[in-house]
Amino acid sequence: MSEATQTSNDDRKFTINFGPQHPAAHGVLRLVMDLDGERVERVDPHIGLLHRGTEKLIEHKTYLQSVPYFDRLDYVSPMNQEHAFALAVERMLGVEVPKRGQYIRMLYCEIGRILNHLMNVCTQALDVGALTPITWGFEEREKLMIFYERACGARLHAAYFRPGGVHQDLPQDLLDDIDAFCDHFLTVLDDIEGLLTNSRIFKQRNVDIGIVSQEDVMNWGMSGVMARSAGLAWDLRRSQPYEAYSDMEFSVPVGKNGDCYDRYVMRMDEMRESVKIIRQCIANIPDGPVSSQDGKIVPPKRAEMKQSMEALIHHFKLYTEGYHVPEGEVYAAVEAPKGEFGVYLVGDGSNKPYRCKIRAPGFAHLHALDYLSRDHMLADVSAILGSLDIVFGEVDR
Amino acid sequence: MSDLQNLAGHIAAGLGDKLAGHDIQFSELTLDVNPGNIEPVLRFLRDDPDCGFTQLTDLCGADYPNRPLRFDVIYHLLSMSKNHRIRVKLQAGEETQVPSVTGLFEVANWYEREAFDMYGILFSGHPDLRRLLTDYGFEGYPLRKDFPLTGHVEVRYCDDSKKVIQEPVSLVQEFRDFDFESPWEGAQAAGLLPGDEKAEQDGQEG
Repeated sequence: MSEATQTSNDDRKFTINFGPQHPAAHGVLRLVMDLDGERVERVDPHIGLLHRGTEKLIEHKTYLQSVPYFDRLDYVSPMNQEHAFALAVERMLGVEVPKRGQYIRMLYCEIGRILNHLMNVCTQALDVGALTPITWGFEEREKLMIFYERACGARLHAAYFRPGGVHQDLPQDLLDDIDAFCDHFLTVLDDIEGLLTNSRIFKQRNVDIGIVSQEDVMNWGMSGVMARSAGLAWDLRRSQPYEAYSDMEFSVPVGKNGDCYDRYVMRMDEMRESVKIIRQCIANIPDGPVSSQDGKIVPPKRAEMKQSMEALIHHFKLYTEGYHVPEGEVYAAVEAPKGEFGVYLVGDGSNKPYRCKIRAPGFAHLHALDYLSRDHMLADVSAILGSLDIVFGEVDR
Repeated sequence: MSDLQNLAGHIAAGLGDKLAGHDIQFSELTLDVNPGNIEPVLRFLRDDPDCGFTQLTDLCGADYPNRPLRFDVIYHLLSMSKNHRIRVKLQAGEETQVPSVTGLFEVANWYEREAFDMYGILFSGHPDLRRLLTDYGFEGYPLRKDFPLTGHVEVRYCDDSKKVIQEPVSLVQEFRDFDFESPWEGAQAAGLLPGDEKAEQDGQEG
């Protein structure tokens, strides 16, 4: 092949389809890309291939029945999504979660954050050619999945954070095991970092790729790691604290350059901070109930139902009719691993939500893909897509 | 939350008659505007230094089929500098052209496409108002209250014609949409059940 045989401009321009089945698409994404040689001129993401009508389904289910749909959005960190919904319902009902319930929620939110970041860092590394990290990272994810399973019986579709608190209490030996996991996990993080952080190839693929400025963050509605990589110290756990995050000591990693490499480093740092929070949760977890004692919202314990007629009636009513939520509207947001995950809930006084809009961080981030990929090389698109942290469960809903 | 009341007062003073009303509920501030004013209102909220709502967090529709103007368009804004959130609402009919705010916030592009896709709300001045989430060639607006949960068509691969085809939905079992509203407390809303009037007569006599 001789070089520079293509002199005509029109020969260089063409349109290609990336996906819907592509290993670097992180799910079912179809990108229609206009290229000039290897330079990207325009990216048009076609999404919705995983659209399941979650919002419509929730309108037809009671508030409690809606909870499991949230596990199926961002299936990499299921409990963080449930959390936003639980907060929204609790705010409308005016229910307080007991301290122990709040600590368990924070504990599992941080486990979710580690699950998510491990997945993201390792698959992003895979996208740019590093094959080993994913085998190490997924071993740790497996252990965390087992902690999920031991708390609620399911590895993925937890339905554990329910309006009013969490479903069940944690046994002490589970807490001890999570604590023991933390020590080992930090060494695994060091190992993964040893492979990637100073790797020349990894840096060549990520440094100065997909740069996000603070204006872009505002304009494109970015949140979470994307926003912080541009130097904005904005973390909802800090700035609009929910549960007992104001009692926790942790730092919020902030980036300088806003490129893919910064986001990778920040995710590694966030995992370390999450480990700090997990340890504080385990060390300081108070005794007491794990969910609200309001019998009209939270179903009674099995044992209680054997003795108390009232508990039996409550149980029957809550699992058939469900509770009624007053009229009104709330927007509750949590700092999910991917960014701000919000639930806008409209109640009409009945036992079903009138409208439930799910604000997924990945949706806004994927929208910016066109802007971020312009004038990059074709190969950079997968690096950018990797560092945007996209999961189609939440983008398509 | 006097903070929010101050903010509401400041916004009301700054916007004057562009604002149709405001309300604080569950410690959240909601502004009501007319569709024609949405662009200047969001511009004020974004550019006024005391508001600083520089990020459009969310934009969505909602359907109230019994109203003359059946749709709500809801904008959620976030101010990182002042650490406030705000909600702006407007009402639109099926024919109303809601001015697009893509000129103010790029992110509105996809959110407006989604609202159009799900509800059929029209946005004027939108650069590319295509469907976003539904299938290519989809008909209808799935999140409208009069759209059935099961949809109208189902898709399968036809082995005879060797392609994916669409057929009317046929369910082996009807979708089980139980009405669990309590016959004791919720009956007023649903109307009297047949036979209930006897109970009431008995009550009066006894």
